[in-house]
Amino acid sequence: MSKGRIPHWADVTLVPLTSVLLAFVISAILIWAIGESPWAAVKLMVEGAFGSSYGWGYTLFYATNFIFTGLAVAVAFQARLFNIGGEGQALLGGLGVALVCLYIPWPHWSLALIAASLGAAVFGAAWAFIPGYLQARRGSHIVITTIMFNFIAASLLGYFLVNVLRPQGAQDPSSPRFPAETALPKLHEILGVFGIPFSTVPPVNISLLVAVGMCFAVWFMLWRTRLGYQIRAFGESEPAAEYAGISPARITIYVMLISGALAGLMAVNSVMGEQQRLVLNAVEGAGFIGIAVALMGRNHPFGVFLAAMLFGFLYQGGAELALWTGIPRELIVVIQALVILFTGALDNMVRIPIARLFAMRGAR
Amino acid sequence: MDMMVLVQVLESTMRLATPLLFACLAGLISERAGVFDIGLEGKMLVAAFMAASIAFVSGNVWIGVVAAVGVSVLMSLMHGLASITFRGNQLISGVAINFLAAGITVVIAQNWFRQGGRTPSLSGNARMARIDLPFAEALRDVPVIGPIYHGILSGHALLVYVALLCVPLTWFMLFRTRFGLRLRAVGENPAAVDTAGVSVVGLRYAAVAICGVLCGLAGAYLSTGLSAGFVKDMTAGRGFIALAAMIFAKWRPWHALGAVFLFGLLEAVANRFQNIDILGVNLPVQAMQALPYILTVVILAGFVGKAIPPRAGGAAYVKEH
Repeated sequence: MSKGRIPHWADVTLVPLTSVLLAFVISAILIWAIGESPWAAVKLMVEGAFGSSYGWGYTLFYATNFIFTGLAVAVAFQARLFNIGGEGQALLGGLGVALVCLYIPWPHWSLALIAASLGAAVFGAAWAFIPGYLQARRGSHIVITTIMFNFIAASLLGYFLVNVLRPQGAQDPSSPRFPAETALPKLHEILGVFGIPFSTVPPVNISLLVAVGMCFAVWFMLWRTRLGYQIRAFGESEPAAEYAGISPARITIYVMLISGALAGLMAVNSVMGEQQRLVLNAVEGAGFIGIAVALMGRNHPFGVFLAAMLFGFLYQGGAELALWTGIPRELIVVIQALVILFTGALDNMVRIPIARLFAMRGAR
Repeated sequence: MDMMVLVQVLESTMRLATPLLFACLAGLISERAGVFDIGLEGKMLVAAFMAASIAFVSGNVWIGVVAAVGVSVLMSLMHGLASITFRGNQLISGVAINFLAAGITVVIAQNWFRQGGRTPSLSGNARMARIDLPFAEALRDVPVIGPIYHGILSGHALLVYVALLCVPLTWFMLFRTRFGLRLRAVGENPAAVDTAGVSVVGLRYAAVAICGVLCGLAGAYLSTGLSAGFVKDMTAGRGFIALAAMIFAKWRPWHALGAVFLFGLLEAVANRFQNIDILGVNLPVQAMQALPYILTVVILAGFVGKAIPPRAGGAAYVKEH
């Protein structure tokens, strides 16, 4: 609508930043309303997330998860497909990681990392393939099918953990611990090579580098390959893309495969990097946070990286907040909802006034 | 399965199907008017919280129900603002509402009651009383009719019967009134409605508001009828099951009744038995939990009769100038 009137730089910076600011202001009002000090809360969150290498470690660990799931949603959004199924795809990714780590004896973590990444990506992609196929060939609405597949994934994983992977006699539904050889190097070990001290506690590990690498890979795929061009063209206009000889069904399926694989990769960080075993709630909503991350990052890998860092900060800061004040962790879910609301659904509410401002400047 | 167990399972089905029925009809009316609503879950959750906390504070469940409906309608109007007025993405707005509900209920519950995101448990007048249907006691020992009437149909909270009543009401409203005709038209071809001089925006807001009322009742029943108090995330995907039932019913009220009873029955059976042997095949409880979703995907895929949503669903209406 009024999109053309906003300069590109403002579209990628001013609009999302205004949305996030609005979300923060409302959250601050909420904190104030429950009788806590918003200023003290912000201070506590910043200190908790960035005040020590311990805090940084957790912030980066969460950010790693969100980079994967954010990229997954962003790639699908580029083709105008809304993949809400990141949660389920990541759950299945976790199953892939667990099977690879448990049933194949790996001599070294590096081989295990490659194989587990493949396992996670293949399982995640397979789980996204079915909704993608049904959308492409049968016209089933991808949003509904991916939602349904989240629930089916949760049941499937529950079945696997209770009836297949759980060790004999164990009470809680989880897989046995992975062999020690599959433990991924933590960030403090990597930094230690260069003589940089870092807290040994946080689970941040080498998957962070994989995630950053994926940002580059997705950028390259989207803007430097024929497939990426086709995906973006399809997203801009389906009839035009079809007229140019791009098969909508093929692109839909490819995009969902890539999206599912990226969501699945998240499990490498959380299942292999942190818990070293598969548990029921291995994903903990990170698949959904990917939606907020992609919307805020304007579906660009660099934007996704920045937005994932912001949400990493919110998660670590929120945990500190819950620890030291009466504000529960769920405050972060509220902030996340507001970010989705303002950057996604109420985009025009933010965009139109900004467009007017630019129009006024232009008229002068 | 002996008779006793069957009656118990069906009685529990009645109760479990009720919130699904309210939410399913809510989604049905909204989507018939062309507004997708995947935020049923969130609205139910906020309503459940409001109903339980206001009922606890006031000691009267019906004040809680009114509050629940109020807050649910408020959320609906937010959805309307985003998706009708600002022509935002209806699906993203629904996602936002679900998260907003999941977060804010716990934050406020913790602040009000300090019980880790739950409300104190309700008792007495703060809970919905069970109603015995007329002659239920007298008919108790009559074969066939007794177990059905006394065992299954009688002895539920008022909202169970209200939900059942909503089915013919919704059908009548949609298919026998002028308002309903316009509502359906606005979901199929808003331009035609606009040309006839009827407000598309007004109709869609009306549909969204009705959706809010029904979600409010669904949530209220959940926390004050089905359970005795609110706990974190207590809707547990029921909003999505309702959405699934709506698709399963292909956006038709009477079929919706059938769909929610089927899904309610699956839940009741899953609650009652851990694993079932059907003709020698062991069906794990997880299969029962996943079945509503699997059935919906199958229906959506059109392998067994195709589900076609209202044509203008999901798109904001832009007036021609």
